[in-house]
Amino acid sequence: MSESILRVQNLRVVFPHRHGELVAIDDVSFEVKKGEILGFVGESGAGKSMTGAAIIGLIDPPGYVEQGEIWLEDQRIDQLDMRAFTKIRGRRISMVFQDPLTSLNPLRTIGDQLIETIQMHLPVSQEEAKRKAMAGLEEVGIDPARFNAYPHEFSGGMRQRVVIALALSAEPELIIADEPTTALDVSVQAQVLELLKKLCRERNASVILITHDMGVIAETTDRVAVLYAGRLAEIGPTEKVLHQPEHPYTRGLIASTPSVELGNIDTELFQIEGAMPRLDALPTGCAFHPRCEHAQDRCVEQRPDLLQERVACWLYADG
Amino acid sequence: MLFIILRRLLQAIVVLLLVALVAFTIFRYIGDPVESLLGQEATEADRRALIDRLGLDDPIPVQYLRFVTNALQGDFGVSYRTAEQVSGLIAERLPATLELALVSALFALVVGTLLGIYTAIYRDGFVAHTIMSSSLIGVSLPTFLIGVLLIWVFAVELGWLPSFGRGETVQIGFWSTGFLTASGLKSLILPAITLGLYQMTLIMRLVRAEMLEVLRQDFIRFARARGLPDRVVYFGHALKNTLVPVITVAGLQLGAIVAFAIITETVFQWPGVGLLFVNAVFFVDIPVMSAYLLLVGTVFVVINLIVDLLYLAIDPRIRDGQLRRKAT
Amino acid sequence: MNGEKSAWQRFLASDFFYDFKRSPVTIVSFVIVVTLILMAILADLVAPTNPFDPGSLNLMNGFTPPMEPNAFTGETFLLGTDDQGRDLLSAIIYGLRVSLFVGLTAVILAMFIGVSLGLLAGYRGGWVDAVIMRIADIQVTFPSILIAVLIFGVARGLLPPDLRDELAITVLIVAIGLSEWVPFARTVRGTTMVEKEKEYVQAARLIGLGSSQIMVRHILPNVLSPVLVIATITLALAIIAEATLSFLGVGAPPTEPSLGTLIRIGQDFLFSGEWWILLFPAVTLLALALSVNLLGDWLRDTLNPRLK
Repeated sequence: MSESILRVQNLRVVFPHRHGELVAIDDVSFEVKKGEILGFVGESGAGKSMTGAAIIGLIDPPGYVEQGEIWLEDQRIDQLDMRAFTKIRGRRISMVFQDPLTSLNPLRTIGDQLIETIQMHLPVSQEEAKRKAMAGLEEVGIDPARFNAYPHEFSGGMRQRVVIALALSAEPELIIADEPTTALDVSVQAQVLELLKKLCRERNASVILITHDMGVIAETTDRVAVLYAGRLAEIGPTEKVLHQPEHPYTRGLIASTPSVELGNIDTELFQIEGAMPRLDALPTGCAFHPRCEHAQDRCVEQRPDLLQERVACWLYADG
Repeated sequence: MLFIILRRLLQAIVVLLLVALVAFTIFRYIGDPVESLLGQEATEADRRALIDRLGLDDPIPVQYLRFVTNALQGDFGVSYRTAEQVSGLIAERLPATLELALVSALFALVVGTLLGIYTAIYRDGFVAHTIMSSSLIGVSLPTFLIGVLLIWVFAVELGWLPSFGRGETVQIGFWSTGFLTASGLKSLILPAITLGLYQMTLIMRLVRAEMLEVLRQDFIRFARARGLPDRVVYFGHALKNTLVPVITVAGLQLGAIVAFAIITETVFQWPGVGLLFVNAVFFVDIPVMSAYLLLVGTVFVVINLIVDLLYLAIDPRIRDGQLRRKAT
Repeated sequence: MNGEKSAWQRFLASDFFYDFKRSPVTIVSFVIVVTLILMAILADLVAPTNPFDPGSLNLMNGFTPPMEPNAFTGETFLLGTDDQGRDLLSAIIYGLRVSLFVGLTAVILAMFIGVSLGLLAGYRGGWVDAVIMRIADIQVTFPSILIAVLIFGVARGLLPPDLRDELAITVLIVAIGLSEWVPFARTVRGTTMVEKEKEYVQAARLIGLGSSQIMVRHILPNVLSPVLVIATITLALAIIAEATLSFLGVGAPPTEPSLGTLIRIGQDFLFSGEWWILLFPAVTLLALALSVNLLGDWLRDTLNPRLK
């Protein structure tokens, strides 16, 4: 087990509300290996971001982890108190959010925010922290001379670079990147992604890359997990999942993505009928069955487990 | 940067001139200045002489200009009621009002901000809930009733604090201060709380709301995700961002304190300009009313200007002209 | 008849009524406000005496504490009497009538001015809008109580001295009404600007309806619920403003004392121990203002769930 940095087992996150509770994540298990980039893909509301928030202990109240375990190497972290968790956040697990425009405190210089983070986690002097901060900026391709600039003086893409520098500044082992390029111009998306990938490879840091973009998954990740309605539908090596998708939902998802790789631009894009159910109106059995063309009686009655550590679908129940 | 400051200054002057126009209109056209000053038994010759002396036959713009230049030199005419110079009446009473306003403002700002931060951070706690619900009653209580109730409890029943006046004052040049004597300080407590309480609850609710809003933002999540502890997140990141919108309202509230002083000063018979104004309204003493309007107008405009400049100091985005001040 | 009945049934089944039933604080506030309004309207029937009829006053009854028989006359008064021997309960009921009358009419005035100017500014746009909203901006910089006192003073200056007391109530209404119109105008202007771009208004214009018809028939209905909310909240403000002005001595005349006037009188007797002269008018004012405020808050939350 030493080769995995993070293990999540039977994670269940619920949000209590007036008429009961919403299950945002239900029985999700996976692990992240050292140095690996694991993609999380799914529609909005499928539980991708929530899984990220659960790992780093930042689920918005009233939501909470009801069941399951999260292990960071040999340490169980889902039950840590706030204080102990601050030693892990930023230092061992870090996070990059979707919108670089709002991720930085607009009233403080980027240098100030970098130094603050570095000094919080590493036993270094003010000068050493500043030197490290400048080196970090240089690494993400920002002129260290702009150390004292405010966030609003940068473009969106540059700001996301600052965010990445901040997230990496205390040398974490796992980075959760939640749609890190969605808010950026298409032209800079690839650059930022490439940068993130390169820096993590250099540090042998693992990444959980959350996205709804199959193209990003194909280009960036080693393995991919497909989430649907808070449950894991399919997980496996990216190559395999993309070329031999097993879960009907994954197949639909891939078929509905305009794909350059598969070379069939001319074919009409496939659409999955219907929409993902709301979390307060989940169907019985397999959450996907109302939209699934292969649905059998069993799918309506019984929820499939993850079979062969790969896919949660009754189609594969017999082998 | 300099351009922005100059433009704000210019705007302030325009608003002041407008306020002066209203004050002038009141001064010149409400009631008959000649009759008010001379009484009804005056001869036609006396009337003529006074009209000439006051220049009441000059064209309106000339009269307005004279009104403004006179006001700038501290000449607001003569009180209809006491026949004294209005400037003298005001100068005599201004220290009382300013000292009261200053203490109330400090009370409102400091206590309001602290309680606001507290109730935002511990928003689900019992104490925070209690503070919030009692503040709702505080907002509904009319200022004068708060004053009367405080007098009842602390002056009548307990006998701890005086219920009216400034106590002993010390004269320093033209300024009479109550800060230097025990009775002066004691006399300040009840009026200052009365005057500041409403603003205090307002600032508290505002700070709380803004703080909660800021705490929801991504950069706070990101700050937490970087492992910054609560203390740093609250005071290093959230507070400064909270203060930006709070400054506008707080600034205007400080202006309001000067204006609301008319109520508190009446309750406590505090010898300030507010009491002077209320009496002027009752006796229709137009020059005093007009002068008071100019005075309060100036206070508001100056405070507004300071608020604007503070903004420039706090928010780099406004300095660079990227963001305009949030209107309230 | 049938339609009316179903409208009533629809009301009982509505979310609005459902919300109301589920909020005990709102129900209590509503009952208090309705009771006080009824008492004010029916003052002549409800009040034990007419406090302004000199014939019913007996100076010997002065300073009778509540629920205790007077030492000289043996008469008992539920809430006691003031220095003149006036029954306090009756004085409060009549004072309530003045306070509510001034508050309600001032709000109606403010609403009329604000809604008209708001419609005009929003619909016409351009310089009309600029002028109206600039005035509004400058006016709200100053606290409305200051504006009201100032308008009161100016109006007194305009009136000949012998009419000043006689018209004091009217002047008071105008002063408070003119000091509270801005929130109405701002809200109505905003809604109007949104609505006038919608297809149905464009269509109405194409049919050839005049501007005033469009404003009244098509745009006005859209602003009714926010206006109702603002009106309720303004009512609380207006009642407090009236009480404050009267307390300052620049409001209701001595011949028609409002709750504020009664409190002013009561303050004079605090030190001599006649606490009831202050307490009961103060509690009445407080109950009224607080209940109206709570009703306003509830209305705002119910009619604009987005604002919650």
